Amino acid sequence: MLAPIAQNLAFGILVGGLYGIAAVGLSLVFGVTRFLNVSHGELLMLGGYAGFWLYTLYHVDPFVGLPIVVLLMVVLGVILYKLLFAGMVKYPEETKVKNTLLVGFGLGLVLQNVALRLWTADDRGITTTYSSQVISLVGVRFPLVRVASFVIALVVLFALHQFLQRTYTGKAIRATVQDWEAATLMAIDVQKVYLLAFVLGTALAGMAGALVSVGYSIQPNMGLEWTLITLIVMVLGGLGSIMGTFVAGIILGVAQSLTSFWLGGAYRDIVALVLFLLVLILRPQGLFGAKEG
Amino acid sequence: MRAKRLAALAFVVLVIAALAVLPLFVKKDNIINLASLALLYVALASSWNILGGYAGQTNLGHAAFFGLGTLLTRFLWLGGWPLWAALLVGAVVPVILALIIGAPAFRLKGAYFAIGTLALAQVLNVTVANRWPMITSLPARYLATYRLMPRYYLFLAVAVLTVGVAYFLVKSRLGLGLMAVREEEDAAESLGVSGLRHKLLAFGVSAFLAGLAGGAFAFYHVGYYPQFPFSPAWTFDAVMATYIGGTGTIVGPIIGAVFYVIVKELLALKVVEAHLIIFGILFILVVLFLPGGLLEVWSKIRSALGGRAKSRKAALPAG
Repeated sequence: MLAPIAQNLAFGILVGGLYGIAAVGLSLVFGVTRFLNVSHGELLMLGGYAGFWLYTLYHVDPFVGLPIVVLLMVVLGVILYKLLFAGMVKYPEETKVKNTLLVGFGLGLVLQNVALRLWTADDRGITTTYSSQVISLVGVRFPLVRVASFVIALVVLFALHQFLQRTYTGKAIRATVQDWEAATLMAIDVQKVYLLAFVLGTALAGMAGALVSVGYSIQPNMGLEWTLITLIVMVLGGLGSIMGTFVAGIILGVAQSLTSFWLGGAYRDIVALVLFLLVLILRPQGLFGAKEG
Repeated sequence: MRAKRLAALAFVVLVIAALAVLPLFVKKDNIINLASLALLYVALASSWNILGGYAGQTNLGHAAFFGLGTLLTRFLWLGGWPLWAALLVGAVVPVILALIIGAPAFRLKGAYFAIGTLALAQVLNVTVANRWPMITSLPARYLATYRLMPRYYLFLAVAVLTVGVAYFLVKSRLGLGLMAVREEEDAAESLGVSGLRHKLLAFGVSAFLAGLAGGAFAFYHVGYYPQFPFSPAWTFDAVMATYIGGTGTIVGPIIGAVFYVIVKELLALKVVEAHLIIFGILFILVVLFLPGGLLEVWSKIRSALGGRAKSRKAALPAG
C-alpha cells in the first residue's frame, strides 16, 4: 500500500516542478504588468513543439536544445509584446486586465489552430536513447528525464530569484510590482521593465513546454489545460512570491497524482479546479500571499 | 423621433416575419440548418452580452450554462417529459448555479471572475465527460418523427426571446443600473445602486437564456457526446461573435453571430479550422483597435458619408 503512494508522490512532485516553473512565468507577467495573458498555455505548447522540432529535424538533444528554445521564445515574446500588448500599458488596471485577457484568449485560439495545422492533432513527445532510464530509490522509480527536468526547473528558479533580489534590473522589476508610479519617479523605465517581464514569462513558459515534451507528451490543444493549471498555481501561490508559486506547483502536482491514484485518472483535473475555486473564494490572496495582490 | 422608432419597430417585425416564413420558401435542409445555427448563435451571443457587455463582467464559462441546459433538457425529454417542461428545467437550473457561484465570484473583481467561470465550466466539462462517456442518440421512435421545421421554429423563438429580454432589460431602470455598475461601481453604489444585486440579476438572466438555448440544441441534435455542449469552444464563439459585432449593444451580437456563422460556413467548405485562426485575429484586432466592433465601423462609415456631422455638432454644448 505504501509503495504505490510513494511512487505517486514522486511523480506528483516531479510534474509539480514543471507546473511551478510555468506558473512563475505567468505570475511574473501578471505581477509586473497586470497583463493576464491567458495564452500562457499556448506559449508553453509552442515551446514544446520547438523542442520537438529541434530534436526530430536537427537531432538536437532536448536538454542541449533548451537554450535554443528559450532564445526562440524570447524573440517571440518581444514580437508579441510589441505587436499586441505594448499599447495597453497606458490603460487603468481594470481595463488592462480585461483587455489583455481578451487578447490572450484570441491569441491562444490562433496559436492552437496554427499548431494544429503545422503538427496535426497527434500526441507528440521526444524519445531519446536515455528516455527509459530510471533511478530507483528504496523501491520508488524516478525516470531520469523527469528528474533532470525538475533539477533544471529548480536551478532556473534559483537563478531567477537571485536575479530579482541582487541585480539592479531585478530590483527595478520588484519595485514596479509594488508601485509602478513610484518606480517611475525613481527613474525606472517602466516600459522596459514591462517588456522584460513579459519576455521572461514567455521564455519560462517555453522552457516548461520543452521539458514537458521530453518527460511527457504535447498536443496542440494542451494550451487551455496548462493555462488553467498555471492560473491555479499562480493564485494558490499568491502573487509576487516565486518560492510560494513553486511550492504551490508541487502541491498541485501531488494533489493531482494522489487523486488519480485514489479516485482514478479521470478526476485529476477536477481536483485542481475545485481546489482553485475554493482558494479563489476563501483566500484570494493565495496560500503564501501576504496581502491582497 | 417617433417616426424613427416606428420605422425601427416595423423593420424588426418584418425581419421576424421573414424568418418565420423562410421554411415555406426554402426547402433545402442545409439552408434551414444554417439558419438554425445562426439563430442559436444569436441567442448565445446575446445572452452572453447581457452580463459580458452590459454589466461588463467577462464570463468565460458560458458553455457551462449552455451545456447544463442541453444535459437536463435532453435527459428529461428523452425520459418522457413534455418538451416545454424539459426546456423549463433546462433553463432554470443554470440560473440556480449562476446564483450559487455568482455571490462569491462577484466579490472577486475583473480577472478573477473570468478565471473562476472558466474553471467552473471546465469542472463541468470534465465531470460530464467522465460520467456520460457514451454518445446520446435519439431513439428510433423519435427519429421516425424527426422533422427540421419545429427545431427551426424553436431556435427562432429562443433567439427572439433572448434579444427581446435583452432589449427590455436594457431599456429598464435595471439596465441603467447595470451600465452604471459597469462604468463605475463605486459611484453607482454611492447612488444606492447595488453592484452585487445588479450583477447577479444579469448573470441569472444570462444563464437562463443560455440554458434555454441549450435546451433547443438538445431538441435539435440527433446524436452528440453529452460533453460536447460543455466545450469551451461555445464560450469562445459567443464571446467572439459579441465582440466582433459590437459588445454592449443589442444589434451587435446579432450582426456578429450571423457574420460568424456565415464566414465559418464559407471557410469550412475549403479549409477546416482556418475560420478559428481568422476569427481569432479579427477578434484581437477588434479588442485592440475597434472596441465598438462592426457596429462602430458602420457608424463611422455613416458619419464619414456626411449628414450625421451636422446633428452631432448641434448636440454639443456651447463652449
